[in-house]
Amino acid sequence: MRVRILVSFKESVLDPQGQTVKNALLTLGYGFVKDVRQGKVFEIALDGITEEQARRAIPEIADKVLANPIIEKFTWEILTEQKKV
Amino acid sequence: MIDPKLLADHNLTLEEYKRIVSLVGREPNITELGIFSLMWSEHCSYKSSRAFLKKLPTKGKHVIQGPGENAGIIDIGGGLAVVFKIESHNHPSFIEPFQGAATGVGGILRDIFTMGARPIALLDSLRFGPLDNPRNRAIMDGVVAGISSYGNSIGVPTVGGEVYFDDCYSKNPLVNVFCLGLVEKDKIFYAKAEGVGNPVLYVGSKTGRDGIHGATMASAEFGKETEQKRPNVQVGDPFKEKLLLEACLEVMDKGLIVGIQDMGAAGLTCSTAEMPAKSGTGISINLDLVPQREEGMTPYEIMLSESQERMLLVAKKENVTEVQKIFAKWDLDAVDIGEVTAGRNLRVSFCGETVVDVPVDAVVNLCPVYRRPSRKPAYLQAVQKLDLPPLAGDLGAALLKVIASPIIADKEWVFRQYDHMVQTNTALLPGADAAVLRVKGQKRALAMTLDGNALYCYLDPRTGGAIAVAEACRNLACVGARPIGVTNCLNFGNPEKPEIMWQFKKVIEGMTEACRIFEIPVTGGNVSFYNDTEGLSIHPTPVLGIVGLIGDVDRLIGPGFKEEGDAVVLLGENRDELGGSEYLRAIHGLEKGRPPGIDLEREKAVQEVCIQAIASGLVRSAHDISEGGLAVCAAESCILGRTEIGCVLDLEDKARPDALLFGEAQSRILISASGTHLSKLLDLAAEKGVPAKVIGRAGGKELVIRQSGRDVVRLPVHRLFLAWKNALPEALSVR
Amino acid sequence: MKFGVVIFPGSNCDYDTFFVLKNGLRQETVFLWHKDHDLRGVDCVVLPGGFSYGDYLRSGAIARFSPLMQEVREFADRGGSVLGICNGFQVLLELGLLPGAMLRNKNLKFLCQYVHLRVDNPETRFTRRTRRGQILRIPIAHFDGHYFSPPETLRDLEEHGQVVFRYVDEKGKPTEAANVNGSAAGIAGLINRRGNVLGMMPHPERASEALLGSEDGRLIFESLVQP
Repeated sequence: MRVRILVSFKESVLDPQGQTVKNALLTLGYGFVKDVRQGKVFEIALDGITEEQARRAIPEIADKVLANPIIEKFTWEILTEQKKV
Repeated sequence: MIDPKLLADHNLTLEEYKRIVSLVGREPNITELGIFSLMWSEHCSYKSSRAFLKKLPTKGKHVIQGPGENAGIIDIGGGLAVVFKIESHNHPSFIEPFQGAATGVGGILRDIFTMGARPIALLDSLRFGPLDNPRNRAIMDGVVAGISSYGNSIGVPTVGGEVYFDDCYSKNPLVNVFCLGLVEKDKIFYAKAEGVGNPVLYVGSKTGRDGIHGATMASAEFGKETEQKRPNVQVGDPFKEKLLLEACLEVMDKGLIVGIQDMGAAGLTCSTAEMPAKSGTGISINLDLVPQREEGMTPYEIMLSESQERMLLVAKKENVTEVQKIFAKWDLDAVDIGEVTAGRNLRVSFCGETVVDVPVDAVVNLCPVYRRPSRKPAYLQAVQKLDLPPLAGDLGAALLKVIASPIIADKEWVFRQYDHMVQTNTALLPGADAAVLRVKGQKRALAMTLDGNALYCYLDPRTGGAIAVAEACRNLACVGARPIGVTNCLNFGNPEKPEIMWQFKKVIEGMTEACRIFEIPVTGGNVSFYNDTEGLSIHPTPVLGIVGLIGDVDRLIGPGFKEEGDAVVLLGENRDELGGSEYLRAIHGLEKGRPPGIDLEREKAVQEVCIQAIASGLVRSAHDISEGGLAVCAAESCILGRTEIGCVLDLEDKARPDALLFGEAQSRILISASGTHLSKLLDLAAEKGVPAKVIGRAGGKELVIRQSGRDVVRLPVHRLFLAWKNALPEALSVR
Repeated sequence: MKFGVVIFPGSNCDYDTFFVLKNGLRQETVFLWHKDHDLRGVDCVVLPGGFSYGDYLRSGAIARFSPLMQEVREFADRGGSVLGICNGFQVLLELGLLPGAMLRNKNLKFLCQYVHLRVDNPETRFTRRTRRGQILRIPIAHFDGHYFSPPETLRDLEEHGQVVFRYVDEKGKPTEAANVNGSAAGIAGLINRRGNVLGMMPHPERASEALLGSEDGRLIFESLVQP
């Protein structure tokens, strides 16, 4: 089983990297770009637990280790095997 | 099985291939061919340069290790030695500036700690195309960030270097990285594979497909096609290297190993061939045991991979468990992959089959040596002829422009991205004439510099080569250091072109003469040929890394004026020489003329006066007069102190005013000294036969330069400061 | 006083800090290994600068899970002195021993340079050798030194005098230019409510010898040692 966790800055936190990317896109002529938030992606392969257990463990891992709740938020999904590539 | 295309892909000629067949005694298989192609590449074998490099003086009474090992070693007394070397990472940095530069830092660090030394300083010589081109800005941005990311993380300070710009580097930037380490004399290690039956241990990162053919890539001209070889670029892991550094130093400190070599360019091939070749032994390894990051790797790929942060150790048999324990402490594996053998072959097995069986001597030592034809280039006559343009009207305005030229302007934008203070030895911050590091627990200090004026070498390679050595030594003299050893990185175009070979020969002649007169040994270096992109060659660019010793670090001085009222003294003589100057380039757009002449005996005497004057405490500041001439040197002396201090200089000279201000006549140092020490200083100079003259006084808020009583420059120091300070950030922030 | 300097994998200011404490201040000093559970009877734990675990996840984020950190937390709870410098400060934030988090510097570049700090609270065990408003010249060297806390936390910190050092210009003014990394309220150093845990981004160990250009950092170590 594979899960993908997306960590990004909370809306209230300034994201200068995202801002820089946004400015670059605007100067390149992509005037329709309204906002860019940059984040991190974790792809984690799991073994030996059920999906049920995974659904409990993943938010815990994300909250405790992968994201710093003071500045970051996260979302996650279980990847179906077809998506694995 | 061998067809011309396969040979061409491996950058081997038919003659070289025939030689391989006769040395091996049969047709090599594909893995063996790959091994020869790597080890016989220009990058690894120095086949075009070896014959000329032999001319450089390499002996000296303090030399512990000259050329031929991972790095050179010089005894500095007190039971300590310095280990230092320079390497180029030009081609990788063009393809992927961040990772190219970062792995360059990683590689040179391994060369140093492989010998048992703890790296204590990094310096870089960087050369880019002009910053009005966004591509060049992006390359510079990436290279600086890459160096910063690796050096800062591993905790070795980047204490100095140079940044230089010229159109010839637009499609061929140069990234030369220098590292110096400190080692106790009795704890030096070499790349040896001694003791038949001793195990061969693989430590560090796993092997992946990265960088396959990096060394052969560095041995070919760049074309559109090479630019697409992106997968070749290795990714650096400074954290892993930090662990490797600590673990290796620990096993060496405890005397648990026999020999060690890093897997840099040419990876596992290079280390498994070179170590036994140096020891008169052989090595047998089993590739199934090599830790691999990717699945399905072939023997060819495993042997040729240039994955970073890997080392090969030969341990004493009885110490293997202890070695593995220490690596485990640092969260690293030390995997036993083979052993030292009596036969003088490199034998590699894979899935139960022997896939390589070749004599190590053939691989390492029997590559053909070429004396490639050379011819004086036709361009020289045209570029050496200089018709001086009419005098610019306002020389003050010219000075503001020259001091804001990116070559001369403040480099804080670069060096504040580098941690230049970690390890708490940095006694002079970047921006001074040379970097100075104290040696903890000693009165003495180490000074080091990287320098090379490629324009001079383009205009007159021999003189340029000599000046490169002289000027680097002069940088050291300005901080009171006497040179003790040299390493060099010789960046040139395609050596198969006779004109490039001629430049190479002449530059080495000039360097050789200068090193002999300064009596400094060359302990190693690096040659980077094929710096051509789409048929255009870079200027011949020797970069000299010279290390010096300061007797008493408490006498250390910097380049900036210290006290109002101090006398400003010119050591050496002004001469009417504008050829090859930064002034001509920045103001008139000319890369022309003959570079300034150099009298090496005079140069040595000038430096000796400076060194002795600093050691005797007679001097408050000293600054080398180089690019930008006397006017820039004086302006920098006003700027570079703790506070800005102006000066008034009165020059009696009949030269053209711009030549007097901006000419780059050699063998000159601008010094400031208090009134009480002045006569002693002048006596010292007279005793050594060196012209020394009080030409003005420090003080006030303006830089005033008068020629024969007439103001030629009068500018507020703060204005000069702002022009100098803001030039680079402004050039880089253009969108 | 007995100091313990923690070594995490990737620490690189460990020896520098050890050198100042041992050779500069002549205090008994030992290294503490991150995998151990033993604080070896020290009176003050120093978490040094560096790139623990490469800072690959977030600065200080993995070091916080080291076995030794459990002991350090208990030591701090008992009132023991803990000083976090640079990466050490980041570890303290991740541990939750100090409030807030670090973001990338506002110019998105690593910054190594001297800065001026104003002492806003001289009444701590780390600053009693300084005066209120004193300007210290100490270098920084970090990529993630842009301090962040929600407004209510910032208010709280100010109210309780927990902001110990602030980035200012050489005259003591907290200008935007002087706040090189963009920290909230120009915060360069913070102390916990109880006054025994201090985190600071600047490196006092790099400013403890005249030869290196400043001795201002020494005041912090001397404050700790002073009986």
